[in-house]
Amino acid sequence: MLSGFDFSVITASLPFIREGLLFSVKLTVIAMTGGIIFGTLLAMARLANLGPLSLAATWYVNLMRSIPLLMVILWFFLVIPLITGTPIGAENSAIVTFTAFEAAYYSEIMRAGIQSIPKGQVWAGYAIGMNYWQTMGNVVLPQAFRNMLPILLTQTIILFQDTSLVYAIGAKDLLKAAEIAGKNYNRPVEMYVFAAIIYFVICFGLSYIVKRLQQRIAIIR
Amino acid sequence: MNYHWNWGIFFEQIKGGDETYLDWLITGFGWTVSVSLSAWVIALLLGFLVGTIRTAPSPWLVRLGTAYVELFRNVPLLVQMFLWFFVVPELLPRDLALWVKQDMPAKEFITATVCLGLFTSARIAEQVRAGIGSLPRGQSMAGLAMGFTLAQTYRYVILPMAFRIVIPPLTSEFMNIFKNSSVAFAIGVLELTFQARQMQEDSEQGIETYLAVTVLYFACAFIANRVMAFIEKRTQVPGYITSAK
Repeated sequence: MLSGFDFSVITASLPFIREGLLFSVKLTVIAMTGGIIFGTLLAMARLANLGPLSLAATWYVNLMRSIPLLMVILWFFLVIPLITGTPIGAENSAIVTFTAFEAAYYSEIMRAGIQSIPKGQVWAGYAIGMNYWQTMGNVVLPQAFRNMLPILLTQTIILFQDTSLVYAIGAKDLLKAAEIAGKNYNRPVEMYVFAAIIYFVICFGLSYIVKRLQQRIAIIR
Repeated sequence: MNYHWNWGIFFEQIKGGDETYLDWLITGFGWTVSVSLSAWVIALLLGFLVGTIRTAPSPWLVRLGTAYVELFRNVPLLVQMFLWFFVVPELLPRDLALWVKQDMPAKEFITATVCLGLFTSARIAEQVRAGIGSLPRGQSMAGLAMGFTLAQTYRYVILPMAFRIVIPPLTSEFMNIFKNSSVAFAIGVLELTFQARQMQEDSEQGIETYLAVTVLYFACAFIANRVMAFIEKRTQVPGYITSAK
């Protein structure tokens, strides 16, 4: 049926694909930044003895981690307009969803990172008169963050791949753009393969960087 | 929040049919479990095979295994679904392609199972390789010194130990496969996520629908976790690998 690849459709749809890719990257960067910030706060809440707050953080993380991301995407898309009263669009819904969802995963990484810091460091911080936030901000978190950097980045690669799931609510990311272009030119095969290649190159490149980073950190330690 | 609750929705009949919405969810649950378990079998077999190959003494086999893992790990699962569904049939010989496209029974189910199975196998392969790598070198040396061939050493010494070592990561992978099976909705498998979307649109009772489906996914993950914990306990080697519990 399809004899040979038609590369002309790929060049023709490049600007369109670029727009989709930009949204995927934007979604990844925002969700990563927000996810790491909220994730760190969640991890701190879990590790501090704050009673109900620690419990709530634990529940939140476990709940998010035990249901499929697709269901979380659908949940937020349904519930946000019910709460705010106005539809906020698939793109904005995706940004909120991914930030909230990834926070749970980043929080597990940061929790491991914080726990890997010897207790003596915290005591030393308190001994020289720092309070909780100063000890955390100046002593514990910088080291935890550094130790966990490769794992945080690996999670970000997974996050980038997962952004393709916004397909379910029709947000225009790289995959959706490729699908639309494939329909417009009636060459879906080329467009799906092209999208797959873009994902592969970005993820493979990033994981190579992570591997190098891991070696460098290992040497300094 | 302006929402009209209707918890009886599950027992109401769907518009223009004699099934209830509950029937839809039960069908969806059945497909989710079928896809996940079939894919799990493929993933275990291939995962252990590729993981073992990656520790083999031949550099070409190792490279082949690495390429396999990198290929499946660096493309999103949803994109892989589309590749298997739309692109792979085009690469087949003409007659076979026509048969796959028109006459193959349960096309969506088979495609989703193969796709999810291979995707998960790459992740298992990585864990198996790490598991074998974590064994002391003396184990395989002892096997060889006793006169086992390399294949026998793997069969009787290395793999049984590696299997026990990778059970904890396998547990989370087994839970993941149920979650990841939700992606199969995109190629039209009538599994839970597909039914959730369909029921939400049809009944306009989104919260009740999603809550029921979420609970079902939760149950899958929980049962998967318990099953693996049971296996972990039964296969423990006394005095060697102590479980964390």
